[in-house]
Order: sequence, then C-alpha cells, then structure tokens
Amino acid sequence: MMGESMKKLVVTVSFIILCGIIGMTSHAQKYSVFEKTSPQKINKIDDFIIANLTKKNIQRANLCSDAVFIRRLYIDVIGTMPTAKEVKEFLADKRTNKRALLINKVLQRSEFADYWSLKWCDILRVKSEFPINLWPNAVQAYHKYIHESLSKNIPYNKFSRELLLANGSNFKVPQSNFYRAVQSKTPEGIARAVSLTFMGIRYEKQSSDFQKNLATAFSQVKYKGTDEWKEEIVYQDYNLVDDFYLKTVDGQKILVKKGVDPRVVFTDWLVAKDNKLFNRNIVNRIWYWLMNRGLIHEADNLPVDTNNTLHQDLLDYLEQELVNNSYNLKHIYRIILNSATYQQSSVARTKHKDAEKYFAYYISQRLDAEVLIDMIDYLGGTGQRYSSVIPEPFTYIPVKNRTITLADASIGSSFLENFGRPSRDMGYLSERKNFFNDIQRLYLINSTKIQNSIFKIIKKHKYILKSSYKIKGFDARIKYITKELFILILSRYPSTDELELVVGYCKQNGAGKNFYRSINDIVWTILNSEEFLMKH
Amino acid sequence: MKDISRRKFLKFGALTAATVSIPPVLKAVVQNNEEKIFFEDAPAKCVIEIWMWGGPSHLDTFDPKPNISRDFNGGLKAIKTNVPEIELSETLPSLAKIADKYSIIRSMTHGINGHETATYVMQTGREPGNGLVYPAIGAVIGMLRGYDYGYNKNIAPYVILTKTKGRFSETGFLSSRYRPFVTGGNPSAAQFDVEGIVSRYVTEQQQLDRKELLNRFNSMNSTKKKNNERSKNYDKTTVEAYSLMLGDVKNTFDLSKESKEMRKKYGMTQFGQSCLVARRLAEKGVKYITINVPGWDTHKRHFEIMKRKLVEFDQGLAALISDLSDKNMLDSTLVWCSGEFGRTPKILWNEPWNGGRGHFGNCFSALVAGGGFKGGCVVGASDSTGENVAKRPVYPEDFLGSIYELAGINPEGIMPNPLGKKLKIMPSMTRSSGRLTEIYCQK
Repeated sequence: MMGESMKKLVVTVSFIILCGIIGMTSHAQKYSVFEKTSPQKINKIDDFIIANLTKKNIQRANLCSDAVFIRRLYIDVIGTMPTAKEVKEFLADKRTNKRALLINKVLQRSEFADYWSLKWCDILRVKSEFPINLWPNAVQAYHKYIHESLSKNIPYNKFSRELLLANGSNFKVPQSNFYRAVQSKTPEGIARAVSLTFMGIRYEKQSSDFQKNLATAFSQVKYKGTDEWKEEIVYQDYNLVDDFYLKTVDGQKILVKKGVDPRVVFTDWLVAKDNKLFNRNIVNRIWYWLMNRGLIHEADNLPVDTNNTLHQDLLDYLEQELVNNSYNLKHIYRIILNSATYQQSSVARTKHKDAEKYFAYYISQRLDAEVLIDMIDYLGGTGQRYSSVIPEPFTYIPVKNRTITLADASIGSSFLENFGRPSRDMGYLSERKNFFNDIQRLYLINSTKIQNSIFKIIKKHKYILKSSYKIKGFDARIKYITKELFILILSRYPSTDELELVVGYCKQNGAGKNFYRSINDIVWTILNSEEFLMKH
Repeated sequence: MKDISRRKFLKFGALTAATVSIPPVLKAVVQNNEEKIFFEDAPAKCVIEIWMWGGPSHLDTFDPKPNISRDFNGGLKAIKTNVPEIELSETLPSLAKIADKYSIIRSMTHGINGHETATYVMQTGREPGNGLVYPAIGAVIGMLRGYDYGYNKNIAPYVILTKTKGRFSETGFLSSRYRPFVTGGNPSAAQFDVEGIVSRYVTEQQQLDRKELLNRFNSMNSTKKKNNERSKNYDKTTVEAYSLMLGDVKNTFDLSKESKEMRKKYGMTQFGQSCLVARRLAEKGVKYITINVPGWDTHKRHFEIMKRKLVEFDQGLAALISDLSDKNMLDSTLVWCSGEFGRTPKILWNEPWNGGRGHFGNCFSALVAGGGFKGGCVVGASDSTGENVAKRPVYPEDFLGSIYELAGINPEGIMPNPLGKKLKIMPSMTRSSGRLTEIYCQK
C-alpha cells in the first residue's frame, strides 16, 4: 500500500512531468511543420470567404508554412515539384512579399503551358482512339495548338472563339478538332460538348428546349474525308437550313439569315462581356483546379441559373476581374494564388461538416498521375517509354519528354491507368480520379519498378552520401543525410522528432552494408508517405 | 451469398417477389424479370477470357476452308478432330484432340473493322456513340461478383494477365474501384514479377521494417490527416495492399508450386504459363480472369506469324481446357476465346502486304468451353469463302449475354451505376436470333 504522502508525491511528480511535456509540445506544436502563422487576410477573395465562414462560425486554418507553399504552388501551377535549391533559396529569402514574387515567377515558367495543356486536353477530350477517335496526327496537331495558345496566353474569349468558329482540315487547322472530339458528330453531340466546355452545363440534363435551341447553332456543321489517311475537313453546309431564329439559353431570339454561319451568331452571344454563363464557368473551373473544389460543386455540372449560389459574391467578383482584365486567365490564377484562402494550411482547425464547402482549409488531394510519375522520374533522373503501335501512324514518345506533356490519352501506361488518369471519354472533371486504391499502394510499396526508382534516386544523389563522410559522428551524419533527402523529396526540412526517428532506425540497422539499406528504406518511406503522395 | 444477393435486390428496388432460384436454361420461360440482377445456382463460378488482341484469322483457326482457292486458305489444310463433324485448321493439332470439350461459333458478326470500336463492341455488347461508355464484361462481372456482393478474397475478383488491352477504358462509366488487377511481368520468366506482389529486391523482413517506419512517420504528421475525406483512403488502401503482399496471394502466382511436367504441358511460353496462372487463380476463387494475347494484327507476313503464334496458342489453350477438365473444374469454369474481329478471307498477295490479311468484322469465329456450355458443337456457319455469315448470326450482345447468363447474371438486369440511370446490363436483342441456348448444358 502506498502512503498518502507518497501518493501525493507521485501525483505531484507526474503533474510536473506532464506539464513539462505539455509545455514542450504546446510550444513545438503551436504551428506544425505545415503551418506558419495564424489565419491571414491578404486580398479581396479572403473578404468573401471570411464573411461566409464568420456567418457559419467556422474557424479558418492557419497560414501554411513557406515550405508547404512553394511545393503546393509549383505542383498546382506548373505540375512540377520545386528543386532542392529552389526550396532552400525560398526558405532563406527574408523578403515579406516573397510569396507574391514567387507566384509571378512561377506563372511565367514554360511548364505552365505544359501542365495546363494537359488539363485542357482532358476537358477537350484529346485522344486518338475510342470513343473520340481523333487519330494520332490530329491529336498532335491539336495538342500543339492548345499548348501554343497557353504559351502565348491568348485571351480566353479569343481562344474560345477560335475553337468554336473553326473550319478546315484537322491537320492544318488544328482547332477544327474541337468538332471532331465528340462521341457523336451530330448537332446534338456537338451541342453537348459546347455546353460542357464553355458553360459547364450538362446538356443532357437540360430541358428539350435548351437542347434543341443549342443544337441548331451547329446544324450546318459537316465533315468530309480527303485522300490523305485520316484527314478530315470540318465545314459549313449552308444549303441545309433557311432563315431561322436562334434562341439562346437566356431567352434571346436572333435571326440567322440563310448563308450565315449560325456558329458566329452563337459565339457572339456566348463570349459577350455580360454573359455570366461563359464567365462563371471558367473562373469556377480555375478555382476548382487550384482549390480542388469548385465554388459551385461539381465544377462542370452548373445550374443554368447564374444567381443564388453559395459563393455568389465571390463568383461575381472573379467574373468581373476576368472581363476587366481582357480575359487574361493568368490574372485569375494570380489573384487566387495570392489569397490567404489559397495559402491556408491543410491542417483543419474545425470539425464543422461544411468546412470544405466554405474553404476553411486547403483541401488536399492525391497528386495527378502524370505529376507523380514525373516527380519520381525527376528524382531518379529516369524517364518513361511511351508508345502506341496502333492506330497508325505509330507513336513513339522520346524518353526525355515529361509525362505531363503527353498529348494522347490513348497511349497506354499501366501506371497512368492505375493512378486515375482521365479517360477523356466525356471531358468531365470527375474522369480524373485522384484517390488511392490498393493497386497504387502495391506499386509504391512493393513493385520492382519502385525499387529500381529508389536505387536510381540514391545513385543520382550520391553526392549527399559522399559529402556526409566529412561529418563527424554517426548521428550527425544521419541527420545531415535526412535533411538533404527531405528537402529533395518532400521540399521541407525534417522536424527534430523526424530526425530522431530516422537516427533510431539507422542505429537499429547498423553500419556498413546495412547503412545503405537504411538509406534505401528512408527514401522508400518518404515516397510512400501520405505527405509525398498528396498536394497539401 | 443468398442473403447478400437478397439485400442487393432490395437496395436496387428490384425485389418484387421471393427470389426463386431460376436455372439459366429456364430463363426464357420466365418473363418480366428484367430488373433481377442475379440467377442463383448458375454453372460458371469463374470466367476465363482469352483475348486475341488484333483479330485472328478465322479461316486459319476455327473455320478452315480447305477446298477453296489458295487465295483464301493460303494452302492450309483442315484436320479431323475427336468429334466426327468438326474440323479445325491444321494449325491447331492439340485442340483437335479435345473438340468434345469446347464449342465453336462460326457466325460471329458485328461488321466493324476498326480495332478500337470493334474491341469496345465485343467487350461491352454495345454500339458506340450514344454518349455513354459502357464497362467491359470483365469489369461488370468483377463488380457484380466482387466485394460489394460477398466476395471476400484478398486478391481482386478481376485479374488481367499480364497487360491491359489499352484501346479503351475497361471500367467505362463505373467507379475506378472496379478496375482489374493487372499483373505485369512475365509468368514464363525465371521470376514472375507480379506488380507490387512479388518484388525482386526486398526481403519480407525488410518489408516489415519499412512498414513500421512508415507507420511511425505518418503518425507524426497525423495532425494534418483525417480532416479530409479524400485522404482517408490512404490508410485503408495501405492496409489492403499489405494484406495482399504478405498473405498467400503471392503463392498463387508462384509457378514453382507446379510440377515441371505440368508447366511443360502448358508450354514454357508467356501464353502457356499465363494459362497456368489463370487456372491457379480460378482455383483460388477469382471471378474473372483475362489473358490478353497480342499480336494477331497480321497485315503483313501473316502466315509466318500465325504459324509461330498458333503453336503456342494451341498448346496453351488445349492444356488449360484439359487440365480444368481433369481437375473437374471445367463445369464451373467458363473459358471463352475471341478477338475483336476476324481477318479478310481473301489474302492480299500484292505489295505492300505480301500475303497479309486485313480487318474483318463481318464474319469471324469464337470458342467457348465449360461453365455451362456444351462441348463438341458448332454454332452457325460462314459461307464457302468465310466472308459472310451463312446461318445463325451471333452478335456480340448474344455472345456476351450468354456468358453473363451462365455466370449467373441476368443480361436484362439493371446494372448498378454511378450515373443514376436505368441501364440494362446488355441491350435488347433486336437484331439477333438469341443467346446461345442451343449449347447450354441441360440440367
């Protein structure tokens, strides 16, 4: 039996120890490695978001750490992870506006067009084979056109107009492939694609009036072959229809004289400055792309009514910014990226069920399949051999080309298929499946391929091991290597706990040959961590 | 199983009366049961699909035409089989010895000559271009016989050896949860590297060490987890992956567990050993197994390629069917074999083909064995040159509908789908002369 005084002592001692631990952890954990400061307000976007959150009494997440920010920004904007050097420089940068400066810099990178061509090819359904059947030559031409438009930052209204008014050969006028990248080359099939692409509205869910009226704009689109293998001409057949009235979604009636291309009338209406259907769709899509959820959810299943949505004021504001800045999409990217809403941590400080809907934290998401394989290739200095022997002409992609530059969704790759690359069958955003399954986990945990990647990563960065020999003491050496590997692969420095974990692991395995095994296991662990596999 | 299917009927609002066990052969009698998904007591517990990717020539395999011009048969002869009325091409001597164990359909038709569209039609039974992309039969059976409906094995209910078809998305509009497990690797190599399951470099101890390290690393960062639905399945799928790696699934793919004689019987080729793995998977209770066999797109050097490939094919397929039969598994294992189409009966002797055959969707052949199909029969016939169906056309929807039916799935049932639409598993058979009931085994 323990005496009363003894008990007291034990309690007191425990209490002191406990306080010590709490004191330590509360200091260390005030902000995790993923957080920097308390929630901030940076630009006008935050006003709208904060107003809604305050109304619902939902607590916002803290501002993310600089390391989280640079990784997130690179992956979101250029589908590319930052190099170790870029991370170190950014973390060491003392300027208060360094995030805004980095945003400007990253938006100017050439990979911007690479990565956004990928996303645009998803929604424009760029693939050679079933069910779109663009065929390889046309896929390459169309992808090149999209890439150039993005490189030159062609205003979005102009880009849309070029696609919608295209006539001519699928090889020589690449944008004419817009009319070929449909499952059914009928006025209805085209209207379905136009509605989805430019208004984010599901044609098939609308009234028969909506469907009929929209389809009439494309009633004169015709196709014909040529002597060239798989060449196809898109043209207008003016003999098909007499004078008629084109009825728009918002109830206007516009006379289309015989001999006039009704697509011109339609497009003038569509891209008019005050057409919220057109403007809302693109700003909401960009929001979705950067925030992993649309202001209206789902981002390509919008209501015909352009008012009365949850984030109406913010949408109105973004639409106005788009029009006032001559449809420069990078402007929309820039204001979203600069907001504290985008720069929030993904560590939630609320359990509110609507927290995601109100953007109370950054919604993390598994990396895109193409981005992930590119990261693994970049780290190991490796590349993929993509090819397709059918349909003709055969396609062989140079190994040095990154996966995000792959034009054709018909080029087979079990990695890309398993990691949810979109089929581009319908052009829905939901076709890209960024969640885990056990086949992916098996690949990353135990495949011969991932093991080879790990060998390559270590080999490519053997200077880290070499330079560590200069450091005295086993622990210090491990810590040095761990820091370098973390910066390289996770784009951040390890916490002290993490350093201790790794040191403990290496000690348990011992030196010599086992030391190399430990390094292998550490790289494996980082690659398999949730943190690495997510944009967060 | 009964309880589960009952629950599912309720879930899809389809259960009107008691779910009476209806053997497939009686199906034709029972009307108005279109919404019922399952038949109980169906013969085929497992389906093995052998997909001859590219389109094999029917004339040079299952539908020989020895008595016409060399411009069609290329000089190939026919040989007798162990069933008096059936002849096969001389390229298939091993299969000729066991013709009583399978049946041949010589009147397959869909008229489509593009690989990708023909593949889609043969895999889904659907015409293209209606705005929906349907899932392939493997994905549908993998779903309806899979985890949602009582399947409880570690290994996926739908396994592909060794690569996907590519061409189109097999799961169509279904959730990616129903994606097949694709093995990768080569079962005839010294080590069959099954993607993620059998690894070359890492010992089990090291794997366990790594697992522990990863757990501890992830838990350090647990603050950022669990606030997001999208990240939750990382944990779940990681656990699943480990149960696959560390459990007995590995052994299923380990062909060293088979005797040397058995392996040789199947042929030490990629195709032969894939057939052997398929049998091992069938024994384990896997529901749908596809072996994709590429290389039948023989526009040029046709006969040279066929002679080489058919040796492996004949040996592997004959070994699989006999082995299933010897193990009393053939009655419960349905094997089917076809390409997306056949090849032009008239040989293209001119440049640049120099003796090639083109794509031909108008008339081609397929083979079915076991799982409720009778052996020793021929369904339909082609005309004298093999260019047209002469009798009893069999369309993809009839063909796949029969496989569904024998696998206990009502082709007229409503397919659970994320689109919220009422979609039948197979389309109505408006153009056909029905499913292959003439070669169903009678109970």
